[in-house]
Amino acid sequence: MTNNQNIEINFNHQQSAHCENGVVSNLLRYYGIELSEPMVFGIGSGLFFSHMPFLKVGGIPVTSFRPLPGIIFKRISKRLGIKFEKHKYSNPRKAMDALDNNLRSEIPTGMLVGVYHLTYFPDPYRFHFNAHNIVVYGKKDNKYLISDPIMESYETLSYDELLRVRYAKGTFAPKGHMYWAKNIPENIDLESAIIKGIKHTCKDMLTIPIPMFGVKGIRFLSKKVRNYPNKLGARKAASYTGQIVRAQEEIGTGGAGFRYMYGAFLQEASAILKNEELKNLSYKLSEIGDLWREFAVITGRIVKNRNKADESYDKAADLLLVIADREEEFFKKLKNSIK
Amino acid sequence: MKTTDVPQDDANMLQGKFKEPVYSLDKDGNFTTVSSVGWDPKNAVMQEAWDNVNEKIEQTRKDVLKGSLSPIAYYIEKNIMDAGLVAKYMGIWKWKVKKHLKPRNFAKLSDDILEKYAKVFSISKEDLVDIDKLNDPPSL
Repeated sequence: MTNNQNIEINFNHQQSAHCENGVVSNLLRYYGIELSEPMVFGIGSGLFFSHMPFLKVGGIPVTSFRPLPGIIFKRISKRLGIKFEKHKYSNPRKAMDALDNNLRSEIPTGMLVGVYHLTYFPDPYRFHFNAHNIVVYGKKDNKYLISDPIMESYETLSYDELLRVRYAKGTFAPKGHMYWAKNIPENIDLESAIIKGIKHTCKDMLTIPIPMFGVKGIRFLSKKVRNYPNKLGARKAASYTGQIVRAQEEIGTGGAGFRYMYGAFLQEASAILKNEELKNLSYKLSEIGDLWREFAVITGRIVKNRNKADESYDKAADLLLVIADREEEFFKKLKNSIK
Repeated sequence: MKTTDVPQDDANMLQGKFKEPVYSLDKDGNFTTVSSVGWDPKNAVMQEAWDNVNEKIEQTRKDVLKGSLSPIAYYIEKNIMDAGLVAKYMGIWKWKVKKHLKPRNFAKLSDDILEKYAKVFSISKEDLVDIDKLNDPPSL
């Protein structure tokens, strides 16, 4: 930390709903590629569904509405032909030195951090979640200048604060992981990237031959939810069902498990590919998003009455079956629309 | 969802630190974002998760005051951790952390180890060993 030089890269921060999309979108903008958050999300095939009863976090089975952290990033760089340099460091001091070096060369640098010790985060969101993405774009008066995609404006962290979140421990421990753009192609083939992104999502939602994923996963979850009260008792059943909605309600989903964001993507894609059907489908997806919100409303009631037996579990399970049917129909149509 | 239906149910979950952009359809049928402070069902499930955490903290506080667990157990719950995660921060085995949850083993810990635990929990060593502190715990 001998270098106290002030550096500020001219980095344009824009708030996004979800961190991984946001960091990619903000970094690409710095290099002159304007892609909205929904575009990044769609090209990176960020929409997904999985329910894994044997994988538990805090004792509760994991339900997720998106692929594992890092996947969107990987897919988008592949599909747009953008090369990123990536590094992990076993020595935290070296990780911070490497960051300082990058900043001196005016490279805005993305990194993974844990949110539990992230000082500017709202307390109710400070769980031990380690796959949050931020960009560091400068250093001023010994504070690092941070562009955190979910925040509205710029933030700062001290050396010690940043080191601590870069070396958060536990699941997905970031281990100082940082990344920056290495090679930006002159021309990107947006159309083919969009089509690849859509195809991949349809495949994920319709054809994975394991009942925990995609549309099959939603039906699988429906069966589980129906049995929760008998199997687990009122209190635990409410926790399990609440967890589904916490995943669905993850920051930036608007309660629809990312369905609205994907709708926004389809609308943009419709204009770029000159494909009117994609726009029609975006409205259909918005309606499916509304059904997911209805599921959240039922669950909210279950959770509020959690100490009493509740007949709403059947309602919630039935609704999941309706959603599964609607999504199956939707993704089949989507697949056909880009042939 | 229409932009006009984006809920604004504030339960102070975001503590005024930011608002969440929600993708929704405007009157012309175009997707756009509207900033939201929250939504009741989401607030309810968040609150439920925190109620569970706070109940565990309270139970462990009582156990520590009764003398059946060491203060480490309390601060583990307070930091929403478990023995495995603390072990990773400490750079020691999980069974060792579990051992330190027993008051008689805790009493024998060296200053160095106590210092390390205190750092993991973002408190001072003095506060860590002062069980009386837990009679009047800081607000959650």
